[in-house]
Amino acid sequence: MKIVTASPHIHCGISTKKIMLSVAAALTPAALWGIYVFGVRALITMLLSVGFAILTEYVLGKISKENTIYDGSALVTGMLVGMNMPPEVPFFIPILAAVFAIAVVKWTFGGLGHNWANPAIGGRVFVFFSFTSAMSRFSMPRTLVNAVSGGIPDAISSASPLSITKVVTAAKSAIGASSMQILTESGYPYTKFAESLGKATGLNPYNIDAFFGNISGCIGEVSAFLLIAGGIYLLCKKIITWYIPVSYLASFAILTWIFGGVPNGCGFFKGEVLASLLRGGIILGAFFMATDMVTTPFTRTGHFIFGVGCGFFTFLFRTFGSLPEACSIAILMMNIATPTIDKYYKPKLFGTDEMKVIERQAKLASEAGASSTPSSTNKEVAK
Amino acid sequence: MSVFATFTKGGVHPADKKELSKNSAIQRLPLPEELVVSMSQHLGAPAALLKSKGDAVEKGEKIGEAAGFISANVHSPVRGVITDVKKVELASGMISLAVVIKTDPEQPELFTVKQDWRKKTKTEMLAHVKEMGIVGQGGATFPAHVKLALPPGKKAQALIINCVECEPYLTTDYRLMIEHTDELLEGIEVCAAITEPEKVIIGIEANKLDAADLFEERIKAKGLPFRVQRLKLKYPQGDEKQLVKAVINREIPSGKLPIDVGAVVVNAATSWSVYKAFVYNQPCIERVVTVSGECIKNPGNFLVPVGTKVSYLLEKAGGFKEGKDGSVMEPDKLISGGPMMGFAFVDEDTPIAKGFGGLLAIKDTKSRTQTSCISCGRCVEACPIGLQPTKMYHLIINKEYAEAMKNNLMDCKECGCCAYSCPAHLDLVQAFKTGKKMGRRK
Repeated sequence: MKIVTASPHIHCGISTKKIMLSVAAALTPAALWGIYVFGVRALITMLLSVGFAILTEYVLGKISKENTIYDGSALVTGMLVGMNMPPEVPFFIPILAAVFAIAVVKWTFGGLGHNWANPAIGGRVFVFFSFTSAMSRFSMPRTLVNAVSGGIPDAISSASPLSITKVVTAAKSAIGASSMQILTESGYPYTKFAESLGKATGLNPYNIDAFFGNISGCIGEVSAFLLIAGGIYLLCKKIITWYIPVSYLASFAILTWIFGGVPNGCGFFKGEVLASLLRGGIILGAFFMATDMVTTPFTRTGHFIFGVGCGFFTFLFRTFGSLPEACSIAILMMNIATPTIDKYYKPKLFGTDEMKVIERQAKLASEAGASSTPSSTNKEVAK
Repeated sequence: MSVFATFTKGGVHPADKKELSKNSAIQRLPLPEELVVSMSQHLGAPAALLKSKGDAVEKGEKIGEAAGFISANVHSPVRGVITDVKKVELASGMISLAVVIKTDPEQPELFTVKQDWRKKTKTEMLAHVKEMGIVGQGGATFPAHVKLALPPGKKAQALIINCVECEPYLTTDYRLMIEHTDELLEGIEVCAAITEPEKVIIGIEANKLDAADLFEERIKAKGLPFRVQRLKLKYPQGDEKQLVKAVINREIPSGKLPIDVGAVVVNAATSWSVYKAFVYNQPCIERVVTVSGECIKNPGNFLVPVGTKVSYLLEKAGGFKEGKDGSVMEPDKLISGGPMMGFAFVDEDTPIAKGFGGLLAIKDTKSRTQTSCISCGRCVEACPIGLQPTKMYHLIINKEYAEAMKNNLMDCKECGCCAYSCPAHLDLVQAFKTGKKMGRRK
């Protein structure tokens, strides 16, 4: 049986499913690291969020008679929700977040492609503001617990470096101190590996630990190294473009460098760029959540503005806000701005500049009333 | 070495698949017994039929007269008798009046004596192009005499020869370029004599570098003032707008013609027709067709008269391949032209027309289930014209045609880059075709 369709008759082979599965694959190493360092509770949290995300998608698909669970988007949302959970979170929270993400953030707007906010971020922000204390209690990764002999004070073991420095800075008890000094003062541990590597290279051991994932935080956000590796995989496979991650991280880094030291009395141009980039969820956010296609602009310029906006808001909330984590809310704010960005930054129609030239020539010719050849002026305007 | 140029905005990189037929030399096929010659082998008004049923026609005799400004003459490709005048469906789905010609077994030896075209004046040359029924043979089939006649007051800065052949599979221009190099160059000389451009540039893509070298060698040997511009591989570089941008870095604005930026673009196959028209006085009555695709047994390039049926070409290319189990590999699609912009059709009696450069039989087994648009922006990124395909698509499926037109729908030339790269497999081009029709209606 021969078929007749409109052209084109060939396709590059990409599909929504392939995109989603690639994102899931890129997330996997960082998720596995989180599960390894935080143990069984982290595994269960991940399974619950993925499971309930897919289940919700299935049930809602049944109701609306659309079979969408095979497109893989629920899997990605579920993974992102799980990776954004603290390891010790009560199990009902990831379930709630996953169901909210799929049912409310995505399906009430018409399912994949129609939601205005990133579902995973919507789910996380929802439970964060509903259960703030449970969402702010962290635990030490296995690698750090093993590194220290003797107990770690509960106040330290249940906080993340980001929240420790935030509390100290807010209390103005260590004016002029760097975050490294604050962490050392409060007795936050680092691994032997980071200590020796730090001595050899002169780098801050806390940053080394944060880079490799020996830091307390949400399950999937701790290993900057594996997240960047996943991000590079997506860039190489051309699933995402570099505009959003780079503009996000760069604008955040520059703003932090200039103003990051101000709240703690260190002055301008004293911000700790590396520490800020490696702690918290900004790497996860920049590569995997700010690059969600549905909720970001179409054009490259739009992507760039979106990324800079994310960087700006993340910096603003982190440096001057009261909450330690700002990434999700920053991305959410820019999700809201996306339609506006799309409205003002449309791709330029081919030949727009040349059209102006031709119109100007026609005007000149009509004004002069002569039949001078327009091609004589073409040379001046040819780029 | 020379620098590879290309256009800047959008474009895609489909696998070129030219290896299937690029090494098989152009083969002149024996005349088929019956030809179906359509009166609509060009863009614009159909030619007015000059003959009727039962008339005997001579090879090269005019049987259709250009009717209107944008129209072209049609000639009989063979000596024979008109056995029928009927309406046929062309590959594009268009219904057109056509004559059925029964080929005489005795064919005259015509179009073998060389003429000197250099004595002709410009007006005579243009009239000759029109008389010979030459159309743009890259696929758009725009009548060549309209294109080569510059509007008063306009001067051509560059005559650009389109040797890009950016559609996958197709190798007709490539074969012409390496087998008939001198003839193409003479055809280009004719075009240059008509348009009197400041410079002549031949644009060749990077997958035909041997042809580029050959051209350069022959240009040097003949002492012609032509230049070869090598181009990076990117679809749709063979489109006029993209080619002009790549070669002389000028953008043809919406609704304007190449001459508005000082360019005239002529296709390789067209310049071969021009050569034959001016040197041998032969009208545009035959063309090279690439028969290719995964299902074709012996892909190749065949020189056939206009009006040859697709079934005849398929037969001469060995028919369809046999699979491992001995069963015939039936294609899912027959396509006239290339896979990006060509038309799928079903009827194997469909005749070859002047713009029919490729006959493809391909497998397209992967069912392309459509999913929701995920706003990934791949279509926006791929569009060489700077449109927002996804936005226009949503407007069209919601029947907001006027709004789609405001979003520059009419600037879409259906190159297919958006649909080619859409992960949701939306029928974008289909929607745009519909949208244009509905939008024009209002």
